[in-house]
Amino acid sequence: MPSLKDLKNRISSVKSTRKITKAMQMVAAAKLRRAQDAAEMSRPYTERFNALLGGLAASVGGSATAPKLLSGTGKDDVQLLVVMTAERGLCGGFNSSIVKKARTHIETLRASGKTVKILTVGKKGREQLKRDYGDLFVGHVDLSDVKKIGYADAQNIAKDILIRFDNEEFDVATIFYSKFQSVISQVPTAQQVIPAQFDAPEGEAGGSTLYEYEPGEEAILADLLPRGVATQIFSALLENAASEQGARMSAMDNATRNAGEMIDKLTIEYNRSRQAVITNELIEIISGAEAL
Amino acid sequence: MAETMQFDLVSPERNLMSAAVKAVQIPGTEGDLTAMPNHAPMITTLRPGILKVETETGTEEFVVTGGFAEIGTSVSVLAEKAVPHGDMDQATYDALVEDALLAYKAAKEAAPENEPGPVDEAAKLLQDMVAVGTHIGLDPKAANLNY
Repeated sequence: MPSLKDLKNRISSVKSTRKITKAMQMVAAAKLRRAQDAAEMSRPYTERFNALLGGLAASVGGSATAPKLLSGTGKDDVQLLVVMTAERGLCGGFNSSIVKKARTHIETLRASGKTVKILTVGKKGREQLKRDYGDLFVGHVDLSDVKKIGYADAQNIAKDILIRFDNEEFDVATIFYSKFQSVISQVPTAQQVIPAQFDAPEGEAGGSTLYEYEPGEEAILADLLPRGVATQIFSALLENAASEQGARMSAMDNATRNAGEMIDKLTIEYNRSRQAVITNELIEIISGAEAL
Repeated sequence: MAETMQFDLVSPERNLMSAAVKAVQIPGTEGDLTAMPNHAPMITTLRPGILKVETETGTEEFVVTGGFAEIGTSVSVLAEKAVPHGDMDQATYDALVEDALLAYKAAKEAAPENEPGPVDEAAKLLQDMVAVGTHIGLDPKAANLNY
């Protein structure tokens, strides 16, 4: 049975924890709004870009001279996984769920005899993957100094990946990130970026207009594909940022609620034992008086 | 009243402009071009330059660093980076020139022989970037550098 003082200390420590989680939740809510806005802003660009690239890829894709970024190297022996996670913890299952998704992917690839290479973005994912797959790491991108994700950050990551591709370090690249659906639901997603894949809805926009290309179709495609990689990474980063804040917000909301419950429980326990002490004292006084 | 068409200027980070316009002057890689309503559908890449948008009420100018434009029933310019002319200051511009210069140096180091390809492209990018500066009345200090 903890003493009254112990209980009091515990109550006050849980109270200050609740203050912290509450503050974190509110910060996350504010950041979430900003992250969502940023994701919203980038959407028109990404959509147009993908529609355009999709149409272009469809018309050039079949030819033998199509760029390697589109047609692939013809093999899929070496796989690069770009695992994007957060730089910070305390965001519920956000990091773990991305890592888990990557982990299953790695295992399936390994089981079918492929070589796996891992590029991590964000500290948390790296820490979680390090123990099992530390020897597969080929690089790490640190975004801890980045306050607001800009297109330049995505470009740098894309550049890194493209250089590796040019050096034939891998055949297929897949990015892992968390798609933002709502504050309570983020979906870990795997998306193949090299060779490029498009799920562009064909038929409505793609085939209707015949464009004139300046410079040639293939030159444009060769120019666009690297940008496409950057664009995909950029939107993945933004989705990830929004997801992270969403996950943190609901995690902190839960933590605040749990702390509240705990305080209630401790307060009841405190009051009970205080009552017991008083009753005890009374009994002692009474029995003392009777003995006289 | 002149005919107008829908024009959108978007960059990855934000939507810069969306309006009905009379004409758009686009700095294409292979030369400037002006798109007016009913222009033949085309797609072109951009070089660093000034994008001039003519609306019913006046003209607006943007400094773009690259990207591409899609001209169809409407015009969409997908710029890698676009800054309204008025917001462009020496510091922003210097950073852009600096980036181009670094890219050029990196390309040059990667391929020491002066073969056409990446080096030339980077050099062209740098020159274009410098040219933009003189257009908008900013000092392209990199122009004095030996490139």
